[in-house]
Amino acid sequence: MKKIITLLLFIPFISVAQEQLNGRIFIANEEDPMPLAGANVYWLHTTIGTVTDLDGNFSIPSSKDSKELIISYVGFKTDTLKINAIKPIHHYLHPTNNLDEVEVTTRKKSTLISFLNSQNLVTMNSEELLKSACCNLCESFETNPSIDVNYADALTGTRQIKMLGLTSPYILTAIESVPTVRGAAQMYGLSFVPGTWVESIQITKGTGSVISGFESIAGQINAKLQKPVEDSKVFVNIYGAGNGRFELNTHLNTKITDKLYTGLFLHGNIRDTGFDRNKDSFLDIPLAKQVNLMNRWQYVDLDKGVVSFLNVRYLNDAKQAGQTSYNPEADKFSTNYWGSDIDTKRLDVSGKLSYANQDLTYQNVDIQVNFSTHNQQSYFGRNVYNINHNNFYTRAIYSSILGSSLHKFKAGLNFSYDHYDETVGVYTNTMDYERNENSIGVFFEYNYDDLENINLTAGIRIDNSNLLGTFLTPRLNMRYTPWEQASFKTSIGSGRRSSNIFAENQNMFASSRLVNLLNSGGKIYGLDPEIAWNYGISFLQGFNLFGREADLAVDFYRTDFKNQVVVDWENPSEVSFYNLDGESYANSFQTELNYNFLEGVDLRLAYKYYDVKTQYTSGKLTKPLTPKHRFFANAAYKTKMNAKGGHWKFDTTYNWLGEQRFPSTAGNPEQYRLTDYTPTVGTLNVQITKVFAKSFEVYVGGENITNERIKSPIMGADDPFGNYFDTTFVYGPIFGSTYYAGLRYRLN
Amino acid sequence: MKKLLILLVLLTGTTSFAQNKNAKASFEVKGVCEMCQTRIEKACLKTKGVKIASWDVKTHQLKLVYNEKKTDLKTIKKAILNVGHDLKDVMAPDEAYNSLHGCCKYRDEEVLKAH
Repeated sequence: MKKIITLLLFIPFISVAQEQLNGRIFIANEEDPMPLAGANVYWLHTTIGTVTDLDGNFSIPSSKDSKELIISYVGFKTDTLKINAIKPIHHYLHPTNNLDEVEVTTRKKSTLISFLNSQNLVTMNSEELLKSACCNLCESFETNPSIDVNYADALTGTRQIKMLGLTSPYILTAIESVPTVRGAAQMYGLSFVPGTWVESIQITKGTGSVISGFESIAGQINAKLQKPVEDSKVFVNIYGAGNGRFELNTHLNTKITDKLYTGLFLHGNIRDTGFDRNKDSFLDIPLAKQVNLMNRWQYVDLDKGVVSFLNVRYLNDAKQAGQTSYNPEADKFSTNYWGSDIDTKRLDVSGKLSYANQDLTYQNVDIQVNFSTHNQQSYFGRNVYNINHNNFYTRAIYSSILGSSLHKFKAGLNFSYDHYDETVGVYTNTMDYERNENSIGVFFEYNYDDLENINLTAGIRIDNSNLLGTFLTPRLNMRYTPWEQASFKTSIGSGRRSSNIFAENQNMFASSRLVNLLNSGGKIYGLDPEIAWNYGISFLQGFNLFGREADLAVDFYRTDFKNQVVVDWENPSEVSFYNLDGESYANSFQTELNYNFLEGVDLRLAYKYYDVKTQYTSGKLTKPLTPKHRFFANAAYKTKMNAKGGHWKFDTTYNWLGEQRFPSTAGNPEQYRLTDYTPTVGTLNVQITKVFAKSFEVYVGGENITNERIKSPIMGADDPFGNYFDTTFVYGPIFGSTYYAGLRYRLN
Repeated sequence: MKKLLILLVLLTGTTSFAQNKNAKASFEVKGVCEMCQTRIEKACLKTKGVKIASWDVKTHQLKLVYNEKKTDLKTIKKAILNVGHDLKDVMAPDEAYNSLHGCCKYRDEEVLKAH
């Protein structure tokens, strides 16, 4: 209702002599339909409205600006009617079962670009997450154009995300606002968060807030997990795909006392059938097994203003990749067959306590403590890579106001400790790398909101780290509304991080490349910390196109590296790491149009342009395997709900990637040389969901249904222990089309 | 200096007694929509000493937290009237009311109905 009112306000009065539309409203679901008196009848986006009389009759002047008539009444489902001709109508309004239910009078958006926040913030809610099967957090981004989901290598089936043309290490990925996908978890961490556990995702483009730390450079992603208080009592999701993958997700939530709730979240997936469709003797997707358990406790005492969470999560993930005939027991480290095993165990324990002063609701204290231990034991052919990473993180935030709630601030401090222990090398000759990293920081963030045109967030933090030094991280985000339904935003800020060169580039181990580490006396593998500045502007305009809601967003971001640990793939027999000497930047331009084309039909079109260049020793080059042009289209159609809440949902996503530069292979013999650029790639995904009732739904879908794939993704597959074996030249899908089906059952 | 201040406060005890830094108040303010809400809350918050102002679109109740040392209800109410919103027993000046956006004209039956 509120939304409608706001929308109504945006449209000035227009009064022209009009015809009258007459009609009568009844209560549905009754054997003998009763007229409904007092129902609101009005034209969408206008101020023209009326109320039905005692017999349910109404008469409303026709509107030139709107063809959609809204009929609403407290306790009834609001309906929108498409009026094409002025003739009398009879309409039946369905009562809602639950009066507490939020009345949605405009359509609810599954992805929302914020008009009001000072940051360029995109929120994806659970409805968006259901648009594709979303087995894990990584795949959730497939329907969002701000994030690219790429293939990391030809072996592990790992998908990597990119934002503003930069890979995931430059994105701070947090779960429940604790930075989680980092360090040892950088490469596979997103696939360790099951999709059904995620309640919503917030994506901030640009450096974002100082509160979550100094590590974010391209942007921030925060995934909120399902809360035991709000999640269904029982939730079951079963999924099976033609590529051999099966999944089971179960959530069980119970109320223990009025204030204490607990939820048990279980996830298991397995793929034990090997596929080699491209006949290169290698598995197209690895064999995999994962068990993932989470127990979440939530304590809520609203009278005292206390909300508290305790999470315990255990993960055990095993992948086996390589040649189809590879048998780990017989062939490990031999040259019979090439194979790889990646075993990961992880334990997370985190607690959160927030207290809001009930007398002064603006005063709030929030404390978080998080501990994780991550252990990966792996080998790739004859290369070994083991990493053990322990992290302790704690943060306290105090929020209050300065004078009035127009001026808010957050202040706090955090402490982070990381211990890394790595074993790297050919199995006969490994090297150990061990390091401790700790940092303590204080931060202050001020927000000014004039409630109308301006919203400004200015933050600064000072950190002291044993490896990164003592430094300042300033960040500024501003929103200005020049006219109605518009939002103009700018952001500027810096970020700094230590590059985990092995963990972030594990795909190099599945190649014959030698690691060339150019030690320059720095504290992290002999290298210096990465430092970058990020600048961005964006503009968002909402408008009505043929009487239907639309919005257009345009943004431009630039990331400038003061120092970067350059990962140089330009020599085909090695991969080099060295400190940046010269320029390195990423320019990103994106334009996105969202349009509610017809009732229930939403379209999203996006185009992206990237210009990412780095000074390598061999010259200033475009970053390899990064397309300059990308096009994205998503169409979603949802039918009207029937009385039980049953409806159909159709969703389709098309992704087109322009040509991408291959790293140089000029040094290889002719049969192991690649062209300069990759071909273009277009993939199409489709999903159909049939919701039978709120408690039960079934979905089927197809990924990459046009069966687009790379013919020979692995270089030197015929000679995996030779000098030219390389699995890193991957620019598109390997497997081709795959179909899946699944069901979701909920008990509330 | 501090002692002096305390002394002063004690001396003027009769006037400063019971001055609450976080005084609360709640009363009805007339209006209809979210635009009214922004206008009402902004008028309050722009008054020095007002910490929180939240007006409910449905119930028309305004909840305030303010510092009694810096302002009083009379000043806050005046600020609300000056932007064109009636209180339960006091009407806003016509001039202020007339300058409201068309859809915020809460004295008009038709406008009320439309919301």
